[in-house]
Amino acid sequence: MPSMNPKDLISFAADYFPMVFKKPAPKYVSESGNRIYGMVAEFHETPKVYQAAEIVRDAGYSKWDVHTPFPIHDIETAMGMKTTKLPMMAGGAAVIGVTIGILLQWVTTAHLYPTVVQGKPFGAWEPFVPIIFELGVLLTAFMCIFGMLALNGLPRFHHPLFSYERFYKVSDNRFIICIESIDPKFDPTATRALLEKAGGSEIALIEDED
Amino acid sequence: MSAIQPDESLARRMHGLQPGEQPLARSNPNLPGTSDDGTLSEDPGKRAPCVLGDRSLEDVTNIVCGYAEAKMPKPWLAALTISSSIAALGTGMILYLIITGVGVWGLNNQVDWAWDITNFVFWIGIGHAGTLISAILCLLKQNWRTAVNRSAEAMTIFAVICAGIFPGIHVGRVWFAWFLAPIPNSNGIWPNFRSPLLWDVFAVSTYATVSLLFWYMGMIPDVATLRDRAYMRLSKGVSRPMAIPMPIGNDIIVPQLPKPDQIRVLIYGIMALGWRFSSRHWHRYEKAYLILAGISTPLVLSVHSIVSFDFATSIIPGWHTTIFPPYFVAGAVFGGFAMVLWLMIPLRLILPNFSDLLTLRHLENMAKILLLTGTMVGFAYGMEFFIAWYGANEFEFAAFADNRVNPAKAPYWWAYWTMIFCNVVTPQLFWFRKMRQNPLVIWIVASFVTVGMWFERFVIIVTSLHRAFLPGEWHMFFPTWVDILTFVGSCGIFMTLFLLFLKFLPIFALAELKVVMPQSHTHDDH
Repeated sequence: MPSMNPKDLISFAADYFPMVFKKPAPKYVSESGNRIYGMVAEFHETPKVYQAAEIVRDAGYSKWDVHTPFPIHDIETAMGMKTTKLPMMAGGAAVIGVTIGILLQWVTTAHLYPTVVQGKPFGAWEPFVPIIFELGVLLTAFMCIFGMLALNGLPRFHHPLFSYERFYKVSDNRFIICIESIDPKFDPTATRALLEKAGGSEIALIEDED
Repeated sequence: MSAIQPDESLARRMHGLQPGEQPLARSNPNLPGTSDDGTLSEDPGKRAPCVLGDRSLEDVTNIVCGYAEAKMPKPWLAALTISSSIAALGTGMILYLIITGVGVWGLNNQVDWAWDITNFVFWIGIGHAGTLISAILCLLKQNWRTAVNRSAEAMTIFAVICAGIFPGIHVGRVWFAWFLAPIPNSNGIWPNFRSPLLWDVFAVSTYATVSLLFWYMGMIPDVATLRDRAYMRLSKGVSRPMAIPMPIGNDIIVPQLPKPDQIRVLIYGIMALGWRFSSRHWHRYEKAYLILAGISTPLVLSVHSIVSFDFATSIIPGWHTTIFPPYFVAGAVFGGFAMVLWLMIPLRLILPNFSDLLTLRHLENMAKILLLTGTMVGFAYGMEFFIAWYGANEFEFAAFADNRVNPAKAPYWWAYWTMIFCNVVTPQLFWFRKMRQNPLVIWIVASFVTVGMWFERFVIIVTSLHRAFLPGEWHMFFPTWVDILTFVGSCGIFMTLFLLFLKFLPIFALAELKVVMPQSHTHDDH
């Protein structure tokens, strides 16, 4: 998910609707004239990539990512990531679900179609509890999954990294650090030197082919 | 593998192997001369490995993806043929029921719930083990759950599908099933929100939806792995052509059809939603997983509690008890774990390398859960009896003493004692270490428990209904051939779906397995 910076938002929208939105002019282009997406470096062991992430973080980069076959414990600290707002969103969804549950049952049972059941008051709240609970859980679950996907910008079936053959090993046993060219600190020479210092191998520039 | 992979060298170091020393051969999963695979150590200073055989990350990827990519062994095809035929038979029975009416079942005026609701509660209970493993054991940080969580979650989905069939078709005129939805009918009549049957609709449909989403979310990274591997094979030109498997003889190769890898890239690619293993994505993914585990825990407890309200809120002796919610939940977990073990133990023999990922320790842990929940169920049976006597309600006492236990008075005494033997007696074997470390014994006990849990629901439903307050209302229940074949058919539907899952989806949670391997640690020292 991009920040609220208008330039970022246009760039984000251009990923999904290239016909409507045009990306800002690239800072760097490759020899073949394509926009440079970023620079990648490979790592082979978890401790190595963890230390490398700390080095990239300390160098002050912000638009970068670590691609790993499994979630590395505490990589958030090594990358200097902020905690996601997903739990707050899920909590909000739970409140909405509970509200729907209360209104649906109370309005219908006490007002729209009052029925005498075992002589209980029409508006008694106790029999409403199970459905209130279930609707709260249902909406929280929807927010967890669809909110997580939305914050991650998924589904997104095309991505410049998918054009890089070695990237496919990430789903097996490889770790890749990718620094994007839109990062204000990105500089082909300096970034390459940093990734080399961090112990990365197979350092390469990734082109954005569209 | 020509060169030693870097993470393999790390794996060797973690396992204390000297350079040049060979790890144990994995053709025989057990240590030479024993039935121990090295995971049964009780040494508290040593943590049992979750993955055996000094596997590198690459090995684990190859093993798990191999099940979905390589040809399945011949027994799989035979099992699929049989189970899908049974499923077709069950579907035929359902159609026959819908066309003819519920009169084709053995229900009568007195016993108006019988095998249909028994099957419903049986299947929905089986599903609970999957959610327990994926949610509660996740919150309790039980790493061993990674060996079974994916297949147990799949089992949950398929069991809930089977469960959903029965209440759907037992209403008689199934085209009025939409009356259950929270919308007014054409006379402006709303459903009764104070009825446990409506609570059940909400509970089961929420449970099915949340379980499906939880299962799918867990699979996104693993399906992305399958997508990447199929794409790499296609780009290297090593993809095999499409072949139609034959039960006997060679497969028939059809080069005109698209290659399996092309179909894989398309379908797995769509399912993976473009997952690219980004750490920023993993961060939100793990948070979402944790919250889902947190809300699934009360959800799974609520579902079987609400199912038990269907009975407990009525005034029928034998149903009208407050112990039902916890008793039903314990029974559901018990029956569900039995089904997990019943399915998984044969797979350790049939599928290669399966026993490296599902170790004897995993089986032992699940046997301990069977012992615990079986004993809880046994306690609940005893407590029901005690309260029936202590409550001094003669109808309730008669529901137990005369209608269930006493062979001289109760026509269904054999069902009650089958239940007691299968659910309470057989799991007691697991007090002995040798018994809970023996896969064959565990499998046999799991079979007994599965049968016993079906009988438990039969006993609760039919023996309570068949003798109400007045002797004039007494009536026996006899299943018809349609009753029997519908239940058998639902087992066929369950097995067919499970066998298809084994072939086409990642049957182990690959990313989670990698997390519990030593190579995932960020520092060498722990």
